[in-house]
Amino acid sequence: MNYSSTKRALAVLITCTFLSLPYGYNGEAPHKPNAGATILPQTKPDNGPQAYPEDVPSNLPVFTMDYPRIQIPFEITLWMLLASFAKIGFHVYHKITIWVPESCLLISIGLIVGAIMHSVHEEPPAVLSSNVFFLYMLPPIVLDSGYFMPTRLFFENVGTVLWFAVVGTLWNSIGIGVSLFAICHIEAFGVQDINLQENLLFAAIISAVDPVAVLNVFEDISVNEQLYIVVFGECLFSDAVTVVLYSMFTFVAEMEVVEPEDVFLGVARFFVVGLGGMGFGVLFGFVAAFTTRFTSKVREIEPLLIFMFSYLAYLVAELFAISSIMAIVCCALTMKYYVEENVSQRSSTTIRHVVKMLGSISETLIFFFLGVVTITTEHEWNWGYILFTLLFTFLWRGLGVLVLTLIINPFRTIPFNMKDQFGLAYGGLRGAISFALAFTLPDSIGRKQLFITATIAVILFTVFLQGISIRPLIELINVRRTNRDVETINVEIHSRLMEHTMAGIEDLCGQWSHFYWKDKFMKFNNRILRRILIRDSRAESSIVALYKKLELQNAMEILDTVSGDISAAPSLVSLQGEKKESTTPKKTFMAEDLKNMHDLLSKNMYKIRQRTVAFTSKHALPNDNQPREILIRRHANIRRSLRHGSFQSTIPRSQKYFSLPTGQNLGSKYSSVRRRYADDHETMSEVAYPTRRSRFNQPKRSSSGAMMPLHMLETLKEVPSTDVLNESQSESFSKDHGKPQTGSSYSDSRFPTHRRHFNPPFDNNNGSADDLRNEDEAEEEQRRRHRGALRPPPSWAAEPRDDALRNPLLRRPQWNPKK
Amino acid sequence: MLMINVFVSSVSTEQIKNLHMRFQQLCGNEKTLRKEHLENIPTLADNPIKTEIIKAFFDKRNQHNNELGSYEEIGFEEFLMVMSHFRPPSIKTSAEEKAAMRKRKVRFLFNMHDTDGDGKITLEEYRKVGIVEGLLSESESIGQEVARAIADAAMLEVASTNVPNMVREVTKITLALFLHFACPQILKDLEMESRMYVRFLDMNTANLHCGK
Repeated sequence: MNYSSTKRALAVLITCTFLSLPYGYNGEAPHKPNAGATILPQTKPDNGPQAYPEDVPSNLPVFTMDYPRIQIPFEITLWMLLASFAKIGFHVYHKITIWVPESCLLISIGLIVGAIMHSVHEEPPAVLSSNVFFLYMLPPIVLDSGYFMPTRLFFENVGTVLWFAVVGTLWNSIGIGVSLFAICHIEAFGVQDINLQENLLFAAIISAVDPVAVLNVFEDISVNEQLYIVVFGECLFSDAVTVVLYSMFTFVAEMEVVEPEDVFLGVARFFVVGLGGMGFGVLFGFVAAFTTRFTSKVREIEPLLIFMFSYLAYLVAELFAISSIMAIVCCALTMKYYVEENVSQRSSTTIRHVVKMLGSISETLIFFFLGVVTITTEHEWNWGYILFTLLFTFLWRGLGVLVLTLIINPFRTIPFNMKDQFGLAYGGLRGAISFALAFTLPDSIGRKQLFITATIAVILFTVFLQGISIRPLIELINVRRTNRDVETINVEIHSRLMEHTMAGIEDLCGQWSHFYWKDKFMKFNNRILRRILIRDSRAESSIVALYKKLELQNAMEILDTVSGDISAAPSLVSLQGEKKESTTPKKTFMAEDLKNMHDLLSKNMYKIRQRTVAFTSKHALPNDNQPREILIRRHANIRRSLRHGSFQSTIPRSQKYFSLPTGQNLGSKYSSVRRRYADDHETMSEVAYPTRRSRFNQPKRSSSGAMMPLHMLETLKEVPSTDVLNESQSESFSKDHGKPQTGSSYSDSRFPTHRRHFNPPFDNNNGSADDLRNEDEAEEEQRRRHRGALRPPPSWAAEPRDDALRNPLLRRPQWNPKK
Repeated sequence: MLMINVFVSSVSTEQIKNLHMRFQQLCGNEKTLRKEHLENIPTLADNPIKTEIIKAFFDKRNQHNNELGSYEEIGFEEFLMVMSHFRPPSIKTSAEEKAAMRKRKVRFLFNMHDTDGDGKITLEEYRKVGIVEGLLSESESIGQEVARAIADAAMLEVASTNVPNMVREVTKITLALFLHFACPQILKDLEMESRMYVRFLDMNTANLHCGK
């Protein structure tokens, strides 16, 4: 139903696009924006200022239309909108995108639009010229992949990635090119006029792999990291290699004779271009990082700086005709780490979003355009050549993976097995870059039409056939998978421990490997680079970073669960109000209130589960920034409640527990030992010494959020039995959850749940403070747990608050979450 | 001695010779290696867990004798024994052998934590042994309190891994717990192989380091 409505919207948009066409004719406007340059002089006299006096000079026109003036941006905007609507449409019913890759759908929509345009004899706008592609469409795509490259994985596998990307692409281009050249000698195909250079050029074009669809599938079923990063890196660097080869071969293809020394010059140039691009990229990356060091006062331009520097790296590399892709990728890789530490959280989010957005717009447009072009242009269909192209792409790809793996495997710790190799070989989809390169071939190439047709055939074939079938196939052969969603401090600690141990052992052996280099680089990084490039250059261990992240996730879960409870910090007035209320007779929740709360909770749970994004996907933005913002909010709340807590410790002890359910005060429930401790520490601010022990009461916390819903349900059921909340409270609960938070009007009704959070710190606030009592505590802990088994936490809202208090991070004054 | 044999069989004699040369270079042509020798290695000086690594070399538990305590000095055999924890798996290694190797590696790490050798990591050990603090100390800004908090959080993580029977002994990590929860990722897949190995070189690098 939804889907159909989107379709309608699409149809409207398409009609929109076509509505714009008649206007284009009316104004006798050039329809191809680029070809427009030639026709424009004719149209100018009509609309130009010098024509103005000839019109009736006196009357001010009431309504004018100047379509040619806005035509190009207008049509580009419409195209983008159309493509975006198509994209939205795919995700309305999101089972489609699971089984059919987005690129397939985009091409299909393109085909449909192309068919419509063809039926009305409309030429597609030729926005895709060589310059437009290389200067405006390619940079966002590669910046996107470069910026979201998983850095650690990449550097751990850098050798293999480069091996497959560079050597693999060379292998494919040369293999396919030479084989096709051989085919050209068969007279029956009638393509003898294609010489070796042109064949190589064509082969280079179709060697650029673009496995976005494959990467999405890999992410979804979380194949092993090694496979993932190789495919990811291959997509990135094969573009670079392809573009270098492309520019080389376009040059060579126009040469009359190729001397042997040209071959050597070509090889030398290959390295100059590649390494030069890398050098420029790293240079600009550092400059960008260094610049962001000083932007703390002008936050607004931070994202701009990032884009401009990346783009500058790209353009400068273009200027010197060295690999601009390498430049922009290296620039992104270099600066990402430093920039993300320097810029504000918002800027960082903006950067990520915009990078993603630009990249996906570019790609969407190219795919879309591919569909349109497939229908609307004249094709030169040569069965022999195209079929053999298809055959060779598969053959050389498979062969290449086999041979290259054979060579690289002895150097790898984890060798690629046959299944991985299959994944690698089958993941070699061709895509946007190939098409764009073929489409922008210079007209001097005699068989340009044939090349375009063959490229489109290869792309359609790989994208549709392989793209759709790769998911079932990968699932069928059961490729090694990585358990990526477990993210615990222990794992982080131990992987660091292992790294350091290995570095140490290697030092002992007098050897070095990547542990050694990593160690050395980290040292260099911490001592020099960070000092120069980062404003707040205190190095942050990855363990601490993860710890913070987990705490933040935790915080967010709390916020989601309580949905605004925390932000409504109780005031003194509400405290007294609560006292009155607590004396009123207790009632239980109504069944529908419970149901409401249950619904609200389950909705929130769902969000929590969704939030854990393990990998930076190519199309989805990882939103690990959100937790931090939430923590900032929470931090403020905690501070407020801190004040509240200090107030609390001054009131008589008997009143401290007044929020406990009646008949369940601490004295009766807990052992006398416990109370003694509470007395001991009464003078201390219980907030300053929140116990982490209390966490033991709820084992399913922090990283193991999976158990939460069940837990919550249990406690929910227990609420009536504990008689915590009277009916008025329950009503306000159900109401408040619907509304956004804040407003002191209901903070009093919310209050009882609040108060209870302070209980655990009272019970054993000696937890972290006193090491000597550890043993006793453990016993107590057990006893408490026994009780806990009988009596779950009194209220569902109680534990998050408790959680907030014991968060050790928040006690730490020097840490400023805004940074 | 069995382990030594396995080690020797999986490592070429050339590699053993290299290790031997390195050993002699480290101990200054004496028969045995003492802690001071290792402490003087310049490249090791920056390692945050230097003391733990050196301790591990003199730890009797890493010698498969099931003894406690530590040696004052070790010979080449013991040196090799410790090194044998880090041999890389070859293609021929069977799945069981791999599992055993992994277990030995985890055991090695566990021993680094378990200072008193009672087969359990207590919270105190986790906090105070200095591994966590050592790892964190690379960043100067981290106070001891944070390091402790992180150790606690890590411990709690183990506790919170929902195995109902285990929850009660959360203050102590046994080897079994350590195996299953402290580094589940490491054990489940091949992470361990990818991380904890030294590719003992055929080439003699010892003399390259002589100058340092």
